[in-house]
Amino acid sequence: MGSTYFVYAAILVIAVVQVIVAITMGPSLWRMLVLAAIQAYLAVMFFMHLRDEKPSLRLALIPGTLFVLIMMNMIWADSFRLMVMKPFAK
Amino acid sequence: MSQADVAIQTVPVHSVGDHGPVHAPVMEERPFAIPSSKLVMWLFIISDACTFGAVLFAYGYLRNSAADWPRVFEPASIWNSLLMTFILVSTSLTVLLALKTAQAEDRAGAFRWTMITAAGGVLFMLLHIREWLSLIGQGARLFQNPWGAPMFGAVFFSITGLHMAHVLAGVIALTVVGLSYKAGRYAALHIEIWALYWHFVDLVWMFVVPLVYLLNMKR
Repeated sequence: MGSTYFVYAAILVIAVVQVIVAITMGPSLWRMLVLAAIQAYLAVMFFMHLRDEKPSLRLALIPGTLFVLIMMNMIWADSFRLMVMKPFAK
Repeated sequence: MSQADVAIQTVPVHSVGDHGPVHAPVMEERPFAIPSSKLVMWLFIISDACTFGAVLFAYGYLRNSAADWPRVFEPASIWNSLLMTFILVSTSLTVLLALKTAQAEDRAGAFRWTMITAAGGVLFMLLHIREWLSLIGQGARLFQNPWGAPMFGAVFFSITGLHMAHVLAGVIALTVVGLSYKAGRYAALHIEIWALYWHFVDLVWMFVVPLVYLLNMKR
């Protein structure tokens, strides 16, 4: 449980850092995403104990999920096109 | 290696019946060395991660294409979201303590930690409802608000509502599992499976706070 307490503290510290960074430097999407990804990694590996499972389980779960999430990025092209048209502008 | 992790390897049993030799079914070794119920929870989690991913991408799409996306969250809302993060991450710790005590066959202890986790979930929901009521009080509705892009309300209430529904489901499941474990009907594995779900709910919140709250902070 020792590493669990450390991870618990680390996730909370990152959450506080996220808020401080957003207030002082502005909430940059990439800064927010990187910090959230670190939190998620810690939660999945240590809280959900994925690091203790067989590598085959990690291989079965992680690449497929990441692939689907990465493929969702194809919407941005259309989103940027709409930036010019501004459909919700008053 | 726990008992649950031991792969099933059944040696075929040959016996002679009335109609010749009988072969007992040969069970294949578990490829991931985890119980199938735990694997099902993992599969649910990755499919649910894609659901939340799709909802967050849809939010990004709408936010990016709107000219006047509102930035409405006051510092009070930001600190409230931080408090909610603290509560949810702490319940991830308490559910791990529930699992540890369950694996040590301490049924009363596991029940206590499971109920503390569920109580944390209820507290989280109460804080969230307070946040909702505050926004509704300021005029936010599903398809209109006084600040800008009308889809803001739909996005905010959909994402946080979907997450809150998951928290509610987790609270109910943990309560049922905790009570059943205490009564001796469930094993530590059941707590482990729902602990996985609870951690996932926590994980989703780690993305909701920066993307929904911090990016829409009033400056």
